[in-house]
Amino acid sequence: MTSDSTHSSGARHLPTMIALTILAALLTFGSIRFDHFASVGTFAGLFHEYSFVGIAALGTTLVILSGGIDLSVGAVVACTSVIIASLVERHGVHPLPASAIAVALGAGFGAAMGGLIERYRLPAFLVTLAGMFVARSFAFWIEPHSISVHHPAYAWASMSAVLRVGELTIPLRTMIFLGAAALTMVIAHATPFGRYVYAIGGNETGARRMSLPVGATRIGTYALAGGCSALAGAVFTLYKQAGDPASAVGLELEVIAAAVIGGILLSGGVGTIAGTIIGVLILGTIRLLIDFQGTFNAAWTSIATGVLLLLFVGLQEIIVRFERLRARAARAASGRG
Amino acid sequence: MNASAMHSWHRWRSAIAWPLVAIVMLLLVNAAFDWTRTGTFAGAFQRGGFLSIVMIDGRPTGAIMDTLSRGATVALLAIGMALVIAGRGIDLSIGTVMAITGVTAAAVVDRGAPGWLAIPAALAAALVCGAWNGFLVTIGRLQPFVATLILMVAGRGIAQALADGQILTFRDPVIEFLSGGRVPWLPVPVPLLVAMLAALVTFIATRRTAAGLLLEAVGSNPGAARLAGIRERLLVFVTYVASALCAGLAGLIECARVRSADPSRLGLSLELAGIFAVVAGGASLAGGRFVLGGAIAGAYLLQTMTTTMYARDVSSDVAPLPIACVILAVCLLGSPRFRSDLRAIVKRGKQ
Repeated sequence: MTSDSTHSSGARHLPTMIALTILAALLTFGSIRFDHFASVGTFAGLFHEYSFVGIAALGTTLVILSGGIDLSVGAVVACTSVIIASLVERHGVHPLPASAIAVALGAGFGAAMGGLIERYRLPAFLVTLAGMFVARSFAFWIEPHSISVHHPAYAWASMSAVLRVGELTIPLRTMIFLGAAALTMVIAHATPFGRYVYAIGGNETGARRMSLPVGATRIGTYALAGGCSALAGAVFTLYKQAGDPASAVGLELEVIAAAVIGGILLSGGVGTIAGTIIGVLILGTIRLLIDFQGTFNAAWTSIATGVLLLLFVGLQEIIVRFERLRARAARAASGRG
Repeated sequence: MNASAMHSWHRWRSAIAWPLVAIVMLLLVNAAFDWTRTGTFAGAFQRGGFLSIVMIDGRPTGAIMDTLSRGATVALLAIGMALVIAGRGIDLSIGTVMAITGVTAAAVVDRGAPGWLAIPAALAAALVCGAWNGFLVTIGRLQPFVATLILMVAGRGIAQALADGQILTFRDPVIEFLSGGRVPWLPVPVPLLVAMLAALVTFIATRRTAAGLLLEAVGSNPGAARLAGIRERLLVFVTYVASALCAGLAGLIECARVRSADPSRLGLSLELAGIFAVVAGGASLAGGRFVLGGAIAGAYLLQTMTTTMYARDVSSDVAPLPIACVILAVCLLGSPRFRSDLRAIVKRGKQ
């Protein structure tokens, strides 16, 4: 799995290519099946509706790339939205510093979980599962019920802070999503930190032997993931104009599914940020198709997500095994020669 | 008593001792609260006190009986999870399996079938779920947490689709017997009986045969176990089926308690409860240890914490906060590095 990363990059990109094909197929199907589906507005709407899911998925992608998992995403989103709403409504803090505080808290929370995982060798799913309970209950502890936010800045942000490109109006939340996506791409694909993340996910022992900063990188990925979840929570608050402790239940599964569908290997080390964004768009399109159909209920969204998850996990498994076989064959051939 | 039996007895005792000590301490804390509330020590044992057992309608009631009855759900989940974890696996789908089973039972009753038919139908649904997980892990060779995550995601949708997106309510004497039934001459809550029965069956199946030992061998070193001729895949497959069946029983009890099945909330986030009970009961998440008594003690520790929280008027939404912290603490205490860090801090304090 380690020696053959150079000559097998084609097979590794196969899941992303398949994901792109599925996205195109879904969009084509929608355009043929429904009248008002085929428009730039519908496609742009995907970005608007799924902006907070996308932001959360960016952080999860980094964690999975490093070989970890973060199950606290939904709870952190809910907790952040409640913290912001509470700061703004009950303590008269302006939304901007309130959001900044919340994002810092989220990053700190993520770093704490990463620290426990790194230093005490606890399983990531266990620590982040406990983190999910802590964040969710903390949200309920601050505000037992949903509170709406009436600050004028929110009204301004949703009405005026838009970018007009031709017929398209791009709301602030989509701009934040696109900005965060660009930033994460740079971090993952063009910085030493990003290379360490891939190295740890691909082969942790190898990374340690090359004396890469494994501990700091791992804690960094969880901190970034926490920060992304918190930013998603801030965007969620902007979108819903409320903080609700019971919101975003199960979001962690949705973002993990998006990452896997977009070609991120769950054992770490393989995948791209662009892949995750494709995964998010696929999930968004499925939800949109189910909404357009109208006769299905929401249950089918999670069934479809589960089926896609299974499909792509299976595909990854086949590719990994195929590569292992090929590597073995190559080794045997070179041994003979 | 031969040497190996002696060894397993010591291991069993140390695994079960810590949760039991913690339960006793929690009971004392509750008694202390009642003492300050009523002014007398006997207050804890009088009506309304935490330690009181009052006969109402010929059946014992009180916080203790409530804990014994409600803890049965977590105990059942813990029994299944203990088996799965012993074989180096994890089952994240148990909460969802509870929902699928409960909804199946409710839907069957809803269509006019009697309860004695609904219960086997529901357990058959659980069996299918377990076989699916086992298939993905043993034949599909997926990581256990990924394999069971798939059912965890899709299963909620399946439960919602089965229930048509609604909360199904039902009245059926056979199913309701599972939570509120009364056994003649035996003042024990039925859920507790079910859990004890499941524990007994598991005990006989694992400890009166070689299955438990073989499972521990698979958990400690799957490769070596396979080379030693153990049918590793079959054993692991059976643990997932057993876990789903336990979750199914737990789901039936839970929906019998409220006479309804809510596909989106039944069994929600009980996965962590099962994992906690097993870890608190002396097993290692790395596999290779199966301590049935410890897991059940761990389950009752969790339930005692929950009941304590409710007795102190902590809302059910906030209650997981302290519990999650305790879970983390227990797992941390299992980490050698954490223990050495602690020792270093203690030493520094002494100087």
